[in-house]
Amino acid sequence: MLMFPSDSLITSFVYSMSALPPFKPVTSYWFRLSQNGQNELLCFPSPASPPPAAMIHSLFLINASGDIFLEKHWKSVVSRSVCDYFFEAQERASEPENVPPVIPTPHHYLISVLRHRIYFVAVIQSEVPPLFVIEFLHRVVDTFQDYFGVCTEAAIKDNVVVVYELLEEMLDNGFPLATESNILKELIKPPTILRTMVNTITGSTNVGEQLPTGQLSVVPWRRTGVKYTNNEAYFDVVEEIDAIIDKSGSTITAEIQGVIDACVKLTGMPDLTLSFMNPRLLDDVSFHPCVRFKRWEAERILSFIPPDGNFRLLSYHVSSQNLVAIPVYVKHNITFREGSSQGRFDLTLGPKQTMGKAVEAVLVSSQLPRGVLNANLNASQGTYTFDPVTKMLTWDVGKINPQKLPSLKGSMNLQAGASKPDENPTINIQLKIQQMAISGLKVNRLDMYGEKYKPFKGIKYMTKAGKFQVRT
Amino acid sequence: MDVGFCLRSEAAGAMRTALMSAENLQLTLKAEPSQEERALTHTKRGPEETHKAGNEDLKEMLESNKESLKLEAMKRVVGLIAKGKNASELFPAVVKNVASKNIELKKLVYVYLVRYAEEQQDLALLSISTFQRALKEPNQFIRASALRVLSSIRVPIIVPIMMLAIKEAAADMSPYVRKTSAHAIQKLYSLDPDQKEQLIEVIEKLLKDKSTLVAGSVVVAFEEVCPDRIDLIHKNYRKLCNLLVDVEEWGQVVIISMLTRYARTQFTSPWKEGASFEENNEKAFYASDSEEKSERTEAEAYVMDPDHRLLLRNTKPLLQSRNTAVVMSVAQLYWHLAPRHEVNLVTKSLVRLLRSHREVQYIVLQNIATMSIQRKGMFEPYMKSFYVRSTDATHIKTLKLEILTNLANEANISTILREFQTYVKSQDKAFAAATIQAIGRCATNISEVTDTCLNGLVLLLSNRDETVVAESVVVIKKLLQTQPTQHSEIIKHMAKLFDNITVSMARASILWLMGEYCDRVPKIAPDVLRKMAKSFTAEEDIVKLQTVNLAAKLYLTNSKQTKLLTQYILNLGKYDQSYDIRDRTRFIRQLIVPNEKSGALNKYARRILLAPKPAPVLESAFKDRDRYQLGTLSHSLNSKASGYQELSDWPAVAPDQSVRNVEVVEPVQEWAPSVGKTKKLKSDDKFYSDNEEEKAEEESESSEGSSSSSSSSSGESSSESEEQSSEESDKTSSDSGKSSSGSEETSSGSDSQQKKKKKTKKAPQKKSKTAAASSDSDENGNGPVVKDSSSSDESSSGSEDDSDSDAAAAPTTQQQKKSDRKPGPKVKSEVEVSLLDLVDFSPAPTNAPKGPVVSPSLLSDLEGLSLSNTSSTMQVTAPSFGPVKTYELLHHMTGKGLSAKYHFPRQPCLHQPGMVAVQVTLSNGSDRSLEEIHVGDRSPASLNIHCFNTIERLEPEASVTVSMGIDFSDSTQAANFQLCTKEDGFSVSIQPAVGELLMPSSLSEQDFSREQGKLLGMNETSATVAMATANASSQAVKQRVLSVANVGEVPSGQDVAHR
Repeated sequence: MLMFPSDSLITSFVYSMSALPPFKPVTSYWFRLSQNGQNELLCFPSPASPPPAAMIHSLFLINASGDIFLEKHWKSVVSRSVCDYFFEAQERASEPENVPPVIPTPHHYLISVLRHRIYFVAVIQSEVPPLFVIEFLHRVVDTFQDYFGVCTEAAIKDNVVVVYELLEEMLDNGFPLATESNILKELIKPPTILRTMVNTITGSTNVGEQLPTGQLSVVPWRRTGVKYTNNEAYFDVVEEIDAIIDKSGSTITAEIQGVIDACVKLTGMPDLTLSFMNPRLLDDVSFHPCVRFKRWEAERILSFIPPDGNFRLLSYHVSSQNLVAIPVYVKHNITFREGSSQGRFDLTLGPKQTMGKAVEAVLVSSQLPRGVLNANLNASQGTYTFDPVTKMLTWDVGKINPQKLPSLKGSMNLQAGASKPDENPTINIQLKIQQMAISGLKVNRLDMYGEKYKPFKGIKYMTKAGKFQVRT
Repeated sequence: MDVGFCLRSEAAGAMRTALMSAENLQLTLKAEPSQEERALTHTKRGPEETHKAGNEDLKEMLESNKESLKLEAMKRVVGLIAKGKNASELFPAVVKNVASKNIELKKLVYVYLVRYAEEQQDLALLSISTFQRALKEPNQFIRASALRVLSSIRVPIIVPIMMLAIKEAAADMSPYVRKTSAHAIQKLYSLDPDQKEQLIEVIEKLLKDKSTLVAGSVVVAFEEVCPDRIDLIHKNYRKLCNLLVDVEEWGQVVIISMLTRYARTQFTSPWKEGASFEENNEKAFYASDSEEKSERTEAEAYVMDPDHRLLLRNTKPLLQSRNTAVVMSVAQLYWHLAPRHEVNLVTKSLVRLLRSHREVQYIVLQNIATMSIQRKGMFEPYMKSFYVRSTDATHIKTLKLEILTNLANEANISTILREFQTYVKSQDKAFAAATIQAIGRCATNISEVTDTCLNGLVLLLSNRDETVVAESVVVIKKLLQTQPTQHSEIIKHMAKLFDNITVSMARASILWLMGEYCDRVPKIAPDVLRKMAKSFTAEEDIVKLQTVNLAAKLYLTNSKQTKLLTQYILNLGKYDQSYDIRDRTRFIRQLIVPNEKSGALNKYARRILLAPKPAPVLESAFKDRDRYQLGTLSHSLNSKASGYQELSDWPAVAPDQSVRNVEVVEPVQEWAPSVGKTKKLKSDDKFYSDNEEEKAEEESESSEGSSSSSSSSSGESSSESEEQSSEESDKTSSDSGKSSSGSEETSSGSDSQQKKKKKTKKAPQKKSKTAAASSDSDENGNGPVVKDSSSSDESSSGSEDDSDSDAAAAPTTQQQKKSDRKPGPKVKSEVEVSLLDLVDFSPAPTNAPKGPVVSPSLLSDLEGLSLSNTSSTMQVTAPSFGPVKTYELLHHMTGKGLSAKYHFPRQPCLHQPGMVAVQVTLSNGSDRSLEEIHVGDRSPASLNIHCFNTIERLEPEASVTVSMGIDFSDSTQAANFQLCTKEDGFSVSIQPAVGELLMPSSLSEQDFSREQGKLLGMNETSATVAMATANASSQAVKQRVLSVANVGEVPSGQDVAHR
């Protein structure tokens, strides 16, 4: 059979059509980079060269405006120009959250996390589980937050020496060394106002005089010789409802995530056990390393020697068989009319299944369509704001009074001539219900062994909305 | 008191500030820019000269006598480093403070040193002696931190010092120091790779460390320095597995990924061959609950190495870790190592990770996407967790979409499509477009909804958003291409919508569809062309090109109606502004319109333009990701990251598992080398020791019963093997002691099962077990090995064994063997061998492949042996002796002197065609003669046996061979009957192997492979290939394979006939 060049011409045209849609699925993300960039993918370091050591090579902290305000190298210095690749990706991303967490560059890989509007960019040279790095970076942020109260650019800049000391202790040669906050606090005292004052006056330091013992003990998460005059142990059971409610008000998906956060201030080496009235509710759990797994497996009892201070004892997921009580309902009527530059906005909230408890701290937010210029609304309670730039509508409702339901009504102005938006906005709701765990989880008792004194024990329950969305 | 103190310190503070400002003033004289300001803020980026000036200031502070001033200065220096500014010129001033008593100052100096030592090597050497001194400190923390800094100074000249320090620290009392030394190893290695050998020694030493503190760090060092030295892990494998739970979380990640690699080289695949990619949803899903149970059903075919099980068992609790990296690494371990049905354990935990930070979600979703392609069932119950929220980042949304598409099946598609409907309306248009693609994929994958999807997509054509419309048209086009026959309606509908669609891409797509399927819409297509002719000049290029295409196609199919239209369009195109269109027009005109010049090409115009086009394939972008190990950077990037190590395939034959044994009874270790040596004399050492071990194990069983083992004919290794037997059994028993409950249960389950069977067979015999065991080893241990030894490496050893003794047998047997079988392809036939091993041996201690090798001429040998009746040792020393294919029927102890053995001569039975010929050799082991030996009662009663004639008398030490015919009715059911003498009756049973029931015949290769295919599903056969290669090493081996091949081919072929 003859093969004509023309044949291939036409067919190839036909194919190129299918390859041409303006939006390719985003899975090809990584390769776009090479198109814009300098053919980076073509010049990866050859595997023949001796394997570059270390997992995390360097760390750069980048603020929202794209300035590198801190860098730390655990191995030889990596030029900050490596961050240009990051900036490139940042530019491409429409939103700050859309920057891909893993970015390949010719000789390095950048793995970043975004928290508190700061990018923590780790530079990696060779294969490493990306989650390893991500998890570590988050741990760094948690530590900063723990030390400075907030994790902002200002806080980090003010405490740059402590930050450096911390990073030095947390990583050795790019491998995590001490990430447990109890140990770190023994090595490096957290700066408090009092201590800063004392330090400036006496010239003493915030580096621990005593070397830590925790790392060597059988319970590496707890330091020895803890002493309190008031011995107390508080546990907060906090549950979050993640739900998607559809247009008609029926639940598409709903699940409950919970955590038990503890604040334990007990002298010596207490050994605690915590048992539940209804442990079967817990479907999937993850523990602080202090919890004895075997005991849980066998008896469904949490048995542990607690770290000193605040820590997260347990996170859990309530089994999906249980029906999730949805604490609020939303009546909404958001319409845009074809041809008119006006839209109606009508929203009413009401309590649903709250078991008699008050729904507090309700905050409604919604991303309105781009065509909306302004909103003239009237809130029966609380205050609302509309940001004309981001088109974000937030309504701080406060407490829901079942007798007088809060509502937000009014009109929206649309861009003249703009066509009617396809989609109605999604409504995100935040709320709090005190003294109740919505799953019904109850702590049965807390016992202490190993120490003589009687501690003060307290348990608090709370329910919050997690990712609670109402589609309209 | 307090007040006084305050006052005093206040005064001190005031003094200090005064001093500081004085200094600053001094400096301001030298350099003009605002010093104070910089000193206060530390943030402003000043020009170069101010830097220097600032550094001068710092220098003086560092050189002052006041500790606090120095500290202040160092803090500012660290601030400079943190901002990435150059502070290297302060090196001399800073390095002097390395010996400071102030801990914080010292630490900051360390920070500085580590940062700049590389640039100022000579000066850095000044500090070395301080560290060397500190290495001898009694306080472990000081030792550790000295080593840490010393090893972080990247100055090549101190490599020997570092080496020494590392070696010393590796032997330190304190585990903390040892841990630091493990870290230092990597640093030294990256500084000077030539030290590798020495460093490996240190690693080897540290790997033996029992401290949880050290384990993680040393594995990191191992992974970095010598990841290929898997042999270093063997002895530490079990220890690492057991320590794992207590190691700190970061170490866990590294150890788990290392063990994953290790396990893939050391254990055989737990996945059933052929079924590996099959969906087994329901069963798999429920199986997770009853792990043990399902395992038992599998046990016959595959017994998991207890070490393999140990790893799985010990990593499971880590799924509950709060560290997402640990959970992910356990998940990937299960994915790559666990039997298929156990992988589901990780699902819940992975889904839990989705509630973590955005970046974590991203990585986890990527991995789930890859997993969900292969195993929908794993994530289907959690489908709702992948529903997209409007607040998700775009890449998260896209990944969730990907997973939802992967999970779609007939049952859930309607739910998913309803969900997709919401997504299509999303404000995030990129996401909406991706959703349309996803709908397209669902439509192609699930034929039930293709129409629904198409209709939905057609509705989207009237959407206002360009992106959505364009994407829909493109997807519709792809869908129609995959099944063009049924959808003329949709094409018509699109033609109707055509006027309203403005997106040029979409218009072009519709035109192409019209042209491509113009025969399905014969009336509409010309009309569309007419409209296009009208608006041609106003269209975009891409639409024009397609118009020309359409015109050409219509001209070829329907020239009567469209001739004029086509010419008109071609004329328009001829004078178009775009040269692309002019070119295309010219080309089309030449092609389709016949004239004198065009000649040959014209004839083919139809074939060129209307050639059938292959449909585009809509598939997941994650399809090929599984070539990378899950959880790795390479997987995340879908390209190989530097330093990525491929996960090797499962070995076909498990390497010697005894290498992982640690310090068992002393003699074993003494013994080990000599075992190795004897092996090398033979062909392949590695497997051999395995065999040996297992055989020996059996021997130990049998030797209890048969005291006569010493009288074995094998001169060379009889005593050896005996000794070995006891020791090895020690070893194995200790193994199984450690082995996991799961596998223990299964293996012992099968064990006891087997024993039970034997018992039923030889019920009246008191020593039935020993008898069975000895007869096992008579059969050179193949089948029984597979089940008997709980720790056995399953079939591999069996078949290896096989070929081994066959090779030895080959010279003796070949000449007598009838050449009625042609040697099959070697590897394949080996597959058969091992297949049969498993099939046949599970019920009985027989050995099918051996059958044909037995030849009458061997009988004499056997007879000679039968009196000694020691069986086991005979087999071990097989090389010096022929293969023994006989099976013990009656032991002389139980038989009061009468012993009987039988074998299948593999000849057509003389008595009746349906019967299987069995030759029974009866010997008298007692000191008196036996009379009237005959066959008594038989069961099941239906059993048809053609008995041998009663033997009147059997003298002491004499033996006689008789032949019987037994009709097994094509089953492997045992034939039970009584063997009677004058005084006594003994119940015996003959259990045929499948192969023995078969007629020898030759078989074409096709049939052979067809059968092989059938058999593959039944059994684990992965062992065979590697064995073949291992065997290929020597000349003698070829013979072996040949003989095995002969054997293998026939039984398999005949399976067809009988099943």
